[in-house]
Amino acid sequence: MTPSTIDPERLEGWNRPPIIEPDGEGDLLEVAMGPHHPSTHGVFRMDLALDGERVIRLKPVFGYLHRNHEKIAETVSYLATMPYTDRLDYICSLTNNWAYALAVEKLVGQEVPERAEYLRVILGELTRAQNHASSIGFLLQEMGASGTPLMYAFREREKILDLFESLTGSRMMCNYMRFGGCRVDASPVWLDAVRKVVAGLPAFVDEFERFLSGSEIVMARCQGVGILKPELAINAGVTGPMLRASGVNYDIRKVDHYGIYDRFKFRVPLGDHGDIYDRYMVRILEIRESIGILEQALKGIPGGPVMDPKAKIRNFRPKPGEAYGRIEAPKGELGFYLISDGGPNPYRYRVRPPSLINLTVLEDMCLGSNVADVVLIFGSVDIVLGEVDR
Amino acid sequence: MAVDENLKIELGKQGVFVTTVEELYNWGRRSSIWPMQFGLACCAIEMIATTMARYDLARFGAEVFRPSPRQADMMIISGTVTKKMAPQVVRLYNQMAEPKYVIAMGACAISGGPFKQGYNVLKGIDRYIPVDVHIPGCPPRPEALLQAFMTLQKKIDAQPLTGEGRPRHLDAEAQGEFPVPVEGEHDLEPASNKGVWTVPVVIR
Repeated sequence: MTPSTIDPERLEGWNRPPIIEPDGEGDLLEVAMGPHHPSTHGVFRMDLALDGERVIRLKPVFGYLHRNHEKIAETVSYLATMPYTDRLDYICSLTNNWAYALAVEKLVGQEVPERAEYLRVILGELTRAQNHASSIGFLLQEMGASGTPLMYAFREREKILDLFESLTGSRMMCNYMRFGGCRVDASPVWLDAVRKVVAGLPAFVDEFERFLSGSEIVMARCQGVGILKPELAINAGVTGPMLRASGVNYDIRKVDHYGIYDRFKFRVPLGDHGDIYDRYMVRILEIRESIGILEQALKGIPGGPVMDPKAKIRNFRPKPGEAYGRIEAPKGELGFYLISDGGPNPYRYRVRPPSLINLTVLEDMCLGSNVADVVLIFGSVDIVLGEVDR
Repeated sequence: MAVDENLKIELGKQGVFVTTVEELYNWGRRSSIWPMQFGLACCAIEMIATTMARYDLARFGAEVFRPSPRQADMMIISGTVTKKMAPQVVRLYNQMAEPKYVIAMGACAISGGPFKQGYNVLKGIDRYIPVDVHIPGCPPRPEALLQAFMTLQKKIDAQPLTGEGRPRHLDAEAQGEFPVPVEGEHDLEPASNKGVWTVPVVIR
């Protein structure tokens, strides 16, 4: 951080209202937080204007990890984009695969076999569990609980990554879904291993919650901080746990009926204050619901092929048209919008990243709070820079 | 001058520990490499996983991630360096105190990786700063990062304190600051640091 005094006039045009006025005493400080800041989850910059400890303006600066994902995807074939989607939200690559496969399947009208749908649900929910666990770990890390909660989260994450690795061959960049199914079949041994890991998850969540949920420090730092009003959340297009923590019942698994989520019984956890603590709690409860879905899916998984035998892989040229496929990724609505002109690569390829759109309300949540809380509020949004900048 | 190994063992049996200043100095340096807490992209998650319980980077004396470049001995370039980020990376490297080392982790950091064709991606950080260890992989497994640590430790161990190949902080004429690239009209300027990077010769 490099503090320097600034002229209030320089803040003109920095941002839109609502803007908190400085109280007129003392100088304003301009602080550039990032791009190298331990709490920014990578490379993200926030230009803060501070009146004492109070944040009166916040300007996010994006683009430090802009890797030309969309442009590259428009120059390579549909299938060759699949590994690039892994690197969007690199903590949960499998849900990215799923959303992209869903968009292409919508574009060409491809059906997916039953077993592949089940496998997708199993992998998607495992991804959700590990994403939420590690995002809570990172949040606690930023709160000052240096290392320990993150170690608990990563211990569980490693178990899930082992499952990913034994099925797909890679710990993080799975590249597993295909248009019309999944790349390889899961063996009974693998399914047993999943059952074992899923059976151990509730104990992990209980332990995690025992240490954190009632912790005085967590409550003091999280409750009533970074409040997001439901109206603003809806207007800004916020989705995922952020939106549900504000009390809006909107889960694409329930609303959009994609995949086979209609067959599973699960509840959508909602918060009612919209503060950091609610976001934390919604994530904890979502892990619990994911465990329920996993148990049902593991019980009901049928036999059969994992790939539609009629699915075309080589020389894949969809008819001209457009499609939008979206899923409930762990961070919110992840959508892929494709326009085909009949060629081997998409004419237009657009990602609707939940991280970026959830981040647009950052300033509204941070204004008026202390600069130390900005770190927590930012952490509670749960972003991944690969997806924000693409 | 190294101590004769047999003599060392013989003296060790008598309860006498013999070493050289160089060995002791390098032992101290290699046993507590503090990396900079600095993540760029996907590889940063694997870097975090390396510090966690299963892979436990603490065994190598390197678990103390320092957020400030002033306190760090080593920089792990963990992920894609974009053209917007490259000046910041070089500046952070300049701010580190000597002796300093760099591990380029992952395909993106060493060459641009899968995003090489992108207009905004730097094709390898070794164009601007000297890299000691390259780790291929997308992302490399935590074991690969541990291997890189051990390679770096061997490298530090082998550095003499005087003469050719000594660490830069003992070399009064060594280059300490590296020019920070600036965003030019079309690309970063200069396109590479000529003293650090030369165009590789392709043998066909």
